[in-house]
Amino acid sequence: MAEGRAERLAEGVRAYRLIAGMWVRSTMAYRASFAMTTFGNFAATFLDFVAIMLMFSRVDALGGYPLPEVAFLYGLSAASFGLADLLIGSMERLGRRVRDGTLDTLLVRPAPVLAQVAADRFALRRLGRVVQGALVLGWSLTRVDVGWTAERLLLMPVMVVSGCGIFCAVFVAGAAFQFVAQDASEVQNAFTYGGTTLLQYPPTVFAKELVRGVTFVLPLAFVNWLPATYVLGRPYPLGLPLWLAWAPPLVAVGCCALAGLAWRTGLRSYRSTGS
Amino acid sequence: MGAGRLYAAVAAGGFRRYATYRAATAAGVFTNTVFGLILVYTYRALWDARPHLGGYDQAQAVTYVWLGQAFLSTLAIGGGGVEDELMERIRTGDVAIDLYRPADLQLWWLAADLGRAFFQLLGRGLLPFVFGALCFPVYLPADAGTWAAFLVAVVLAMLVGFGIRYLVALSAFWLLDGTGVVQMAWLLGFFCSGMLLPLNVFPGALGEVVRALPWSSLLQAPADILLGHADPFPAYLFQAAWAAALLGAGRLVQAAATRRVVVQGG
Repeated sequence: MAEGRAERLAEGVRAYRLIAGMWVRSTMAYRASFAMTTFGNFAATFLDFVAIMLMFSRVDALGGYPLPEVAFLYGLSAASFGLADLLIGSMERLGRRVRDGTLDTLLVRPAPVLAQVAADRFALRRLGRVVQGALVLGWSLTRVDVGWTAERLLLMPVMVVSGCGIFCAVFVAGAAFQFVAQDASEVQNAFTYGGTTLLQYPPTVFAKELVRGVTFVLPLAFVNWLPATYVLGRPYPLGLPLWLAWAPPLVAVGCCALAGLAWRTGLRSYRSTGS
Repeated sequence: MGAGRLYAAVAAGGFRRYATYRAATAAGVFTNTVFGLILVYTYRALWDARPHLGGYDQAQAVTYVWLGQAFLSTLAIGGGGVEDELMERIRTGDVAIDLYRPADLQLWWLAADLGRAFFQLLGRGLLPFVFGALCFPVYLPADAGTWAAFLVAVVLAMLVGFGIRYLVALSAFWLLDGTGVVQMAWLLGFFCSGMLLPLNVFPGALGEVVRALPWSSLLQAPADILLGHADPFPAYLFQAAWAAALLGAGRLVQAAATRRVVVQGG
């Protein structure tokens, strides 16, 4: 059983690699266009940060956090989300495929459907967002007042990778929801783009109920709020124990398992439009 | 059929067409509400740190957020108006059929876009705004006159918004693939309309420049009238001047573009 599952995972990764590679080659046929759209992707997310900088041209702190600390939260959120968006951001197109019936083509191919949908129209230009997030994160690291210890340093890559996993789970769960509500792909944006925007600001800015919601219901707080406030040496607003800063990998695995379950349920409920 | 009735029918068609996407509208309402919530909290933190920033108090800043969410799809600030379809018709050559019609190309698409905009205002804009007004302390004028003045500014904003997007769409006559132009247009629109941050909060010369650009007609001008922050008539004049300039430019570009059209056979 476990062996079968591992085999299937390997098969999925292989299919993903082949399809994504094909899309990269097709993108590279128009290099100037690729350079422009990547820059556009970079600029689009950069403007969000410009807005934050404009805010800080008028104030010294937002929710008690100075600019470098907000930039730290921003960089972590943008980098994690950017990676997830690069890897499987195409999943938000699932509703369209269900509507126009082109999902059927993927069902008859001898490769896992999830891998095919995730790699469909793989867009390397989304690197723009990752680069932007990484740059802001890098800048913030030179400015934040943190006594760097080995464990704090170790927490950095753990945060980015687990954060990417949590956002991937949101993408997959959102796609699963689109099997039911084909036209409602925009709901997904509220959790993906909305989620990353929320995490770019300190938790102290938001109402307690909202913070509770993104900690216990949709655990986005584990992407950066919990571990990052630990690194910054700030108290977590809900008074949660400090060791939870190390929980992101577990939370990411749990979220991915639940999202996988939702995906399978959605796929089983799929009835072709027949067109 | 009189010309007025023709364009009214096109506008009604645009309204009805968007009204059929009920699930998409509901999804849009939900998403705009979530984004509004996030923005409201960040704005409140900002106005906590600097009360009366940009001349707004906190309630006015919160109202501004929900206006922005209401106008995002109404004025297609982030794209998604009729220009997508027009660009596709230019790319495929179907626009040649539109040129045969006994109707003016620009007025036809303007009518369709106004129909769309009115539906989005009622279908997607109103609910998040009402939600915001019920859940947060907001600033709402009590007199009907201000609301009427505000609505006039919204209609003028629709004209300016269309004027910008029509020019973007016409660029497809030369570029064929307008993806890059569309992307730059929505980036500029987002930043310069005040969707990210009210323009009166922008510091110094940057603030003066963005307030003079056409995009400030979209969100900032109607918002300032509703919030009692600006007199209607100078704002109308500003919006109308940009609408006339953009629609006029649209006509010139359209004339140049239609001379280029080559109908492919087969």
